[in-house]
Amino acid sequence: MATDTLHHGAHAGDHDDHEHHEHHDVAGTKVFGFWVYLMSDLVIFGTLFATYAVLMRGTAGGPTGADIFELPLILFGTFALLISSFTFGMGVLAMNANRVGQLKMWLVVTFVLGLMFLGMEVYEFHHLIHEGYGPDRSAFLSAFFTLVGTHGLHVTFGMIWILVMLVQLQTKGINAATRPRILCLSLFWHFLDIVWICVFSFVYLMGVL
Amino acid sequence: MFGKLGFDAIPLHDPIIVVVGIGMIIGGLGLLAAITYFRKWGWLWNEWFTSVDHKKLGIMYFIVALVMLLRGFADAIMMRTQQMVAAGGSMGFLPPDHYDQIFTAHGVIMIFFVAMPMVIGLMNLVVPLQIGARDVAFPFLNNLSFWLFAVSAILINISLVVGEFATTGWLAYAPLSGIEYSPGVGVDYWIWALQISGIGTTLTGINFFVTILKMRTKGMTLFRMPIFTWTSLCANVLIIASFPILTATIAMLTLDRYFGMNFFTNELGGNVMMYVNLIWAWGHPEVYILILPAFGVFSEVIATFARKRLFGYHTMVWATVAITVLSFIVWLHHFFTMGAGANVNAFFGIMTMIIAIPTGVKVFNWIFTIFRGRLEMTSPVLWTLGFIITFTIGGMTGVMLALPAANFVLHNSLFVIAHFHNVIIGGVLFGMLAGLTYWFPKAFGFTLDEKWGKRSFWFWIIGFYTAFMPLYVLSFYGAARRMQSYPNAEWQPWMIVAWVGAVLIACGIACTIIQFYVSVRDRKKNADVTGDPWDARTLEWSTSSPAPFYNFAHEPTVGDIDSFWTQKQRGLEQAEQKAYHDIHMPKNTHAGPIISVFAMIFGFAMIWHIWWLAIVGAVGTLVSFLARVFNDDIDYYVPAAEVERIEQAHLKRVEAHS
Amino acid sequence: MQQPSKWRRRGTFFVLLALCLLLAGCSSALMDPKGDIGEAQRSLILSAFGLMLIVVIPVIVLTIAFGWHYRRNNTVAQYLPDWAHSNVIEAIVWLVPVVIVGILAVITWRSSHELDPHRPLESDQPTLEIQAISLDWKWLFIYPEQGIATVNEVTIPVNTPVRFRVSSGSVMNSLFIPRLGTQIYAMAGMDNDVHLIGNEIGTYWGRSSNYSGAGFAGMVFDAYVTSDEDFEAWVADVAASPNELTFPEGYSELAERSSFDPVQYFSSVTPEFYERLVSSFHTGTDPETDTQDADRAPAVDSNEAYQTTDNQEGEGADNGQLISNEAGG
Repeated sequence: MATDTLHHGAHAGDHDDHEHHEHHDVAGTKVFGFWVYLMSDLVIFGTLFATYAVLMRGTAGGPTGADIFELPLILFGTFALLISSFTFGMGVLAMNANRVGQLKMWLVVTFVLGLMFLGMEVYEFHHLIHEGYGPDRSAFLSAFFTLVGTHGLHVTFGMIWILVMLVQLQTKGINAATRPRILCLSLFWHFLDIVWICVFSFVYLMGVL
Repeated sequence: MFGKLGFDAIPLHDPIIVVVGIGMIIGGLGLLAAITYFRKWGWLWNEWFTSVDHKKLGIMYFIVALVMLLRGFADAIMMRTQQMVAAGGSMGFLPPDHYDQIFTAHGVIMIFFVAMPMVIGLMNLVVPLQIGARDVAFPFLNNLSFWLFAVSAILINISLVVGEFATTGWLAYAPLSGIEYSPGVGVDYWIWALQISGIGTTLTGINFFVTILKMRTKGMTLFRMPIFTWTSLCANVLIIASFPILTATIAMLTLDRYFGMNFFTNELGGNVMMYVNLIWAWGHPEVYILILPAFGVFSEVIATFARKRLFGYHTMVWATVAITVLSFIVWLHHFFTMGAGANVNAFFGIMTMIIAIPTGVKVFNWIFTIFRGRLEMTSPVLWTLGFIITFTIGGMTGVMLALPAANFVLHNSLFVIAHFHNVIIGGVLFGMLAGLTYWFPKAFGFTLDEKWGKRSFWFWIIGFYTAFMPLYVLSFYGAARRMQSYPNAEWQPWMIVAWVGAVLIACGIACTIIQFYVSVRDRKKNADVTGDPWDARTLEWSTSSPAPFYNFAHEPTVGDIDSFWTQKQRGLEQAEQKAYHDIHMPKNTHAGPIISVFAMIFGFAMIWHIWWLAIVGAVGTLVSFLARVFNDDIDYYVPAAEVERIEQAHLKRVEAHS
Repeated sequence: MQQPSKWRRRGTFFVLLALCLLLAGCSSALMDPKGDIGEAQRSLILSAFGLMLIVVIPVIVLTIAFGWHYRRNNTVAQYLPDWAHSNVIEAIVWLVPVVIVGILAVITWRSSHELDPHRPLESDQPTLEIQAISLDWKWLFIYPEQGIATVNEVTIPVNTPVRFRVSSGSVMNSLFIPRLGTQIYAMAGMDNDVHLIGNEIGTYWGRSSNYSGAGFAGMVFDAYVTSDEDFEAWVADVAASPNELTFPEGYSELAERSSFDPVQYFSSVTPEFYERLVSSFHTGTDPETDTQDADRAPAVDSNEAYQTTDNQEGEGADNGQLISNEAGG
């Protein structure tokens, strides 16, 4: 057989240095991979949305959305999250300008806004459960708590991630390892924002209307 | 302290389980003792468990899959034996509770812990080599995926001796799987094993999708990719889009069971039909995740051994893509009898039949690849021919099931059982065994014994028809699936025939085991020195066997479909003495196994409601993951001199051989 | 090479197998149905089978023939290693399946509507309604017009269309009498239905075909198709039973888990038993303890949460909503 003469790319004589071996663009691959992950995460949310749509009227004699949603409170949380997306965007701009101090500052602001959003959600959940409208009351409430709670869980992980990045920026600064991570985190954060806008319009606004 | 777990969780009342359990413990201890005695722990840990080498991960997937195949098959033969004896009022030797666990475990194991790891293992072994890459896009995640899968397999096996497994059928239909009707830990084993391995599978899907799109070597455009890579790409798209549905659905079932929520309960507004819809919205794409890569294997095998280009490459690709898309809009055909309107049923029935068109075209393309070729009757080819015939019959019965009005009498009967074994054994399993035989030398450097391979094939195929044709017959008598016993004594002769078929299949499995033994024994004689034992067509055969850990010393260049074949035909310019260069490679990782073990602890603790241990598991998972995130020492360069040494050694062997 | 003998062995095997299957099939429930629905389903299965053989047989023959003719050591066979495309062949291999699936699609569409389980059968006889409730693990049949009920036995007059309304008191089951045809799921809180007819007097059997737990194997029952007179006599027989079935007390007792239950007769049934059981799942109350709902109006008219699974057309393919019990119809 002729294999012995074939040695990997008879025409490939050009990639000779370490740099060239990186030609697959590691950072780009990471960000692309993260996009794909976000798409799969979107399927989870899609499934929960579909379930919510089906179970929305399964109130079993319990409260409906109109009975329990407090729009002003939710609106407050929504704005906190929307603004946090903006502040994260500012952070990425700071990173692109290589200003690590500014980047950290924006991350802290984002974190605080995220915390405000979570505080709103925890308050809402606690209030509902206290009223006797916990997730075990009806299928509607199960679907509601799970959809909103899954988003909240994502925000929580996003905040842990922000903390991790603050530590890494402190110890490592902006480099080839941290830069794609910040980019991925920013994608994640904007993604959560978009999902929340869907939750807000689909669950809260439509529930109240 | 230990939640629901107590000594009564060990089913000492059941002699079968006790014997099996003792056997498992003795076997396990023996294995551990042997590893200790031969001082192989360090080697196992450093060379295998922590490896990020996609080829080694592929091999480990296959090893676990073959072990689980034995477990799943043991379940199968017990089911066949039970149904053989439990006729006309007899209760057989398995009480309902045990029998129900067995058929549930059989389904879960064969799909999630045999078919899936074989498919993913083969993708691991082959895809990076076929696209000329040095590794996958995310090597650490690849290791993590494997271990998440492996610990789930361990969880399933723990359920055999500690507690019980689900008695709900492999898809755990609600409300039967709800806490009201299944208060035991069986369903919880099902939940956590599938949840943990499902996350691993999703990561694999993302990993290979990115790998195929981003890591292809120079000149390999999408339409120059080998068919196996194409089918893997499509399977990974299906994984990314469908497994999250499974994750969400199981999560909702978990919330129902643990927090008293009402997604899928009968009462308080729950909707059991939602569960059935969601589980099949994942479940139907799942079967294509399994079968598409098998299609890819057959395409490679038939083109290689017919010594001829694959007929209709572009048609093959587009047929694969069409199947991928269509597989998402047919799920309702699994429950036509739920009572949806005629329009809905007809729509899903017709969509299902439309899938038969690209599939049929594929079958014809394989046949016309043989046409005007020179077909060498190796065992992979036998599996392929057996597949074409068996799968076509299975496809036919599938279309019969897709006719809603016919489905009304065939559904839930043994017809369904016979049909999907027809396509899963005849398609997926034959495909994986063909692929295993075909790529085995690339993984190990020697070919598998042909004689025992062919014996295995003949036992499998004859056993298959003997075991499952009677089930088609019985379905016409109204035999339902999942019957622990049946009053109809006249069915018994058919059940006996089916049992004989299962025994024949057991012989087929035995032949495969003997094949491994014989092949390892004769490995010197069967050595694949050149790296291209089949005179094959795609890139993976251009490197040595077993492939070096860096896959390719120089990145190959591709100018064609079947580029390697074309180059061989041209007689090849002599490889000019090119300088070797440092190669950038990922380092092994402890994080994958450690994270996964914590995940397993978490799962086990959740199953038994041991809350403190669950917290330990969850925190451990998170902390060990963060430890990985903070570890920057994850890659290194293989010095050019080392590469040269390895490559020269290979060249010397080839010269000595020729 | 021992290939020829292998192929021959395999061929013989297939022929024998096919013969066995054909012989075995003729007297089976699905091939020898006792009602119009089953009859139609038999011809549907056979015609689909025949149609697909147009592809399946050539595939099998070609696979074996090509595999044999183009074997490696047959050097007289043509060998064109780079031949990989032919418009004619491509056209044929696309066209033939497309045509067959096209025909099948038409058959599918028609038969799905003609044999729609919810579709009332045309007959000069009035339709008999039987309410079938699956319990753990037995079948309860209620005859609302006759005011009687039975467990694990159902009798229908010959040539009379029957509408089974099917629901469940626990998990999912499926009501299936193989000789009569179509099965349908029984689900708690859902009012499903299937129209069947028996055209030949005889004793058949039915079962739950959807696995429902430990007692599933015992969820079998006898199904009698009788003359009108025998049916009247049977009704009188049941009506003479000393047992009565009440809701919810008697129901709770009956719903206790048991398997392989003997046949039971009930001479009277609480009015609206079936409707009240179905709607009990929508109110958030447990039917087994709830005695408050006795004066509630039947759910069929009033409760908006209560929907049948009947045709709810015009909502597109999003069946997740279409067949949900909460979806607006």
